[in-house]
Amino acid sequence: MVKIHERKFVSCDPEKCVGCQICEYACSNNKEKAFNPLKSRIRAVRQNQVVNMAVTCRLCEEPACIAACPRDALSQSEETGTVNIDKDKCNGCGWCIEACDYGAMMLHPETKIVYTCDLCKDNEDGPQCVKWCPEEALTLVTSDVLAQKARISAIKKLFQDRKPQ
Amino acid sequence: MLGYAGKVLYVDLTTGKTRTEKLNEETAKKYLGGIGLGMKLWLENSAAGVDALSPENPLVLALGPVSGTMFPTGGNGHAFISKSPETGAVGEAVSHGTFGSELKRAGYDAVIITGKADRQVYLWIDDDSIQLLDASSLWGKSPSETEDAIKDELGDYYVRVAAIGMAGEKLSKIACIINEKTRAAGRTGLGAVMGSKNLKAIAVRGTKDIVTAKPTEFMEMVKEFHERMKGPSTQKYRTLGTVENILINNTMNCMPTRNYSSAKFEDAEKVSGEALNAKYIQKIIACSSCPMRCEHEAVVREGPYKGTMARMEYDSLWALGPYTGVSKLDALIKAAELCNYYGMDAQSTGVTIGFIMDVHERAILTHEDLGMDAHFGNVESLLQLIELMGKREGIGDTLADGVKAAAAKIGKGTEKLAQHIKGLEVTGYDLRCLKTAALAYAVSFRGADHNRSSAYVVDMKGRVDRLKAEKGRGKIVKDLEDSYALIDSFIVCKNSRGSFYKELEDLARLYGLVTGYDITPEELTASAERVNTLARLINIREGLTRADDTLPWKVMNEPIPDDGPVKGAVVTQDELNLMLDDYYEARGWDPDGVPTKAKLAELGMEELTSIVESKEEA
Ligand code: SF4
Ligand code: SF4
Ligand code: SF4
Repeated sequence: MVKIHERKFVSCDPEKCVGCQICEYACSNNKEKAFNPLKSRIRAVRQNQVVNMAVTCRLCEEPACIAACPRDALSQSEETGTVNIDKDKCNGCGWCIEACDYGAMMLHPETKIVYTCDLCKDNEDGPQCVKWCPEEALTLVTSDVLAQKARISAIKKLFQDRKPQ
Repeated sequence: MLGYAGKVLYVDLTTGKTRTEKLNEETAKKYLGGIGLGMKLWLENSAAGVDALSPENPLVLALGPVSGTMFPTGGNGHAFISKSPETGAVGEAVSHGTFGSELKRAGYDAVIITGKADRQVYLWIDDDSIQLLDASSLWGKSPSETEDAIKDELGDYYVRVAAIGMAGEKLSKIACIINEKTRAAGRTGLGAVMGSKNLKAIAVRGTKDIVTAKPTEFMEMVKEFHERMKGPSTQKYRTLGTVENILINNTMNCMPTRNYSSAKFEDAEKVSGEALNAKYIQKIIACSSCPMRCEHEAVVREGPYKGTMARMEYDSLWALGPYTGVSKLDALIKAAELCNYYGMDAQSTGVTIGFIMDVHERAILTHEDLGMDAHFGNVESLLQLIELMGKREGIGDTLADGVKAAAAKIGKGTEKLAQHIKGLEVTGYDLRCLKTAALAYAVSFRGADHNRSSAYVVDMKGRVDRLKAEKGRGKIVKDLEDSYALIDSFIVCKNSRGSFYKELEDLARLYGLVTGYDITPEELTASAERVNTLARLINIREGLTRADDTLPWKVMNEPIPDDGPVKGAVVTQDELNLMLDDYYEARGWDPDGVPTKAKLAELGMEELTSIVESKEEA
């Protein structure tokens, strides 16, 4: 099984995200052959004009969604850490949706079965949202790399503030 | 045929009844969508001479064939069409954001709203379920507050909302309709049409799939346009944005300042796009499906206007700033925020304030008459006037209907200071020294308007002698207008126009990939011409004539005073006549500007010849 610190997921840099929803269109088109944000595994959120970010599954260690499912419909892939959904077992009760802190588990509007990001495992060129995001706001990263990036930008900011006026 | 949802929604606010009708495919092909389709639907659903603020005036909301798809900027626009209360001519305003794509997913190509609700309502379009909900608690709220309140009430934060503010409620003829908080269908006062119907907002949720006829090729085209829109043709919009024009227009002596007293602003540096960017722009955001992103969000972090946030564009910055002589950027951001708050077209608001300041400078109205010292450049009175206009209080009541109405009320020769065409306030290009633009503004069907053609580009880029009125300009304006009719009927964003390297071929290809119906570039040209001719026919039906294709008094009578290359420039009636004749000829219209029957037959618009005939009889 891949260790948690090796597991990659799609992460959005809110500084770069402009809220264009292109990731939603790319995802829904890839997965469902239609332009429909409701069928996208990633959702762009606009808190207000200047706060934008896209959110999808974080591939948690000990996922709350799995724990919450009363029918054992969810399981985590040993290899990639993505959450598998057993379509026969899922009855769309929505416990997993409630359990996920990121709103990353969603109910399909037609099949009424839940779905979430699978990192585009069937696409050779990887996650389509990452590929299409025009701002390069999305990256496929491990939490370790994310932490490194955060540390670097924190230090940059700190030193910027310290610059003599 | 894909690309179109195939349905038109009719909402009668008087009876509360709604129904849907199949979209006529022939009409869709002929008039494409957006303003083309919208104007056709408006014409079919209204009677000649209808009062713009009466229940009988339909408000049409129309989408384009690519709405709801991933096509960059094309997926996200919507157009409002009605009779303009400000001009009495065809009123039309396009906006982008996300509202349009949501409406397409709800399953409609157009919504036609007629009648007047007996109480304050908002329209809730939830796919096939249409409801009129109580809006009494929303009355008096800004479009942004309204949006939040509706999302709360409906319990869905992805619902998209287009709303009016207090100005629309109070039937201000320069009121706009704002979607997603900062995006406005700004011009021609359609917010007042909504207000006159007791309609505060339209909220939409659409859950249906949008698919294209040729998905693989379509995605290839999207990819290609993503690259183009990240390239040089749209660079301006990605970096400084349209506000870059402040310094450009100023350097070229074509930025009308202080109500057309001058064509140059000595404080241009202070209000330039560069200054705005350095000090205030916090983030640039995008409409749905747009890889260019251009919406420059300015935030004021300190001082008396701390916490102010507004999106700044050239025309709003110019109108509120140089046109009123105000050169404090933070106050201008505040002014733009106030316009959004009340839901007033910032451009018309600025020009109207520039007008009243001119009136004051000339002592036609005194400090006492106005209740303030409204000299050019007075920051406090700029903000105060916007508030008064939004609330229709004091002098604001006189100004809330725009310059033409204000001058008519004030009298005393102030008509000569009112810079408008057909009732619509001028925009930020000095027409005295941009003669192709002057012609374009004069003939524009919605009044003083650079957005019907961008003819100023031809003048400013030096493709013609901008100080000369000559034959040939008519054809230039016609072609540009036709191109813009396509942009607004497909509803792709004007800022993306440079990325259509071969406009007709590119658009024809796009139409084919989305709808599955192959259209030739020639057919598209005919559609474009049809849209402009249709607008003309509407205006003729509503009583406009060649005499309305004119220019503001100052443009024709007050030469540019500034020293420099454009000193003394003015447009004379003779020059205008020459260009008008040339334009009508290029369009195949008669010398009175009426489309000939032969032209209508050529364009396949025979069903509308009765409009022309009724004028012949008269
Ligand atoms: S495509 Fe990129 S910039 Fe656009 S909403 Fe998604 S993450 Fe944000
Ligand atoms: S769906 Fe939510 S809870 Fe489950 S793994 Fe993804 S982020 Fe974690
Ligand atoms: S990785 Fe693939 S499935 Fe996951 S959000 Fe991105 S496009 Fe959708």
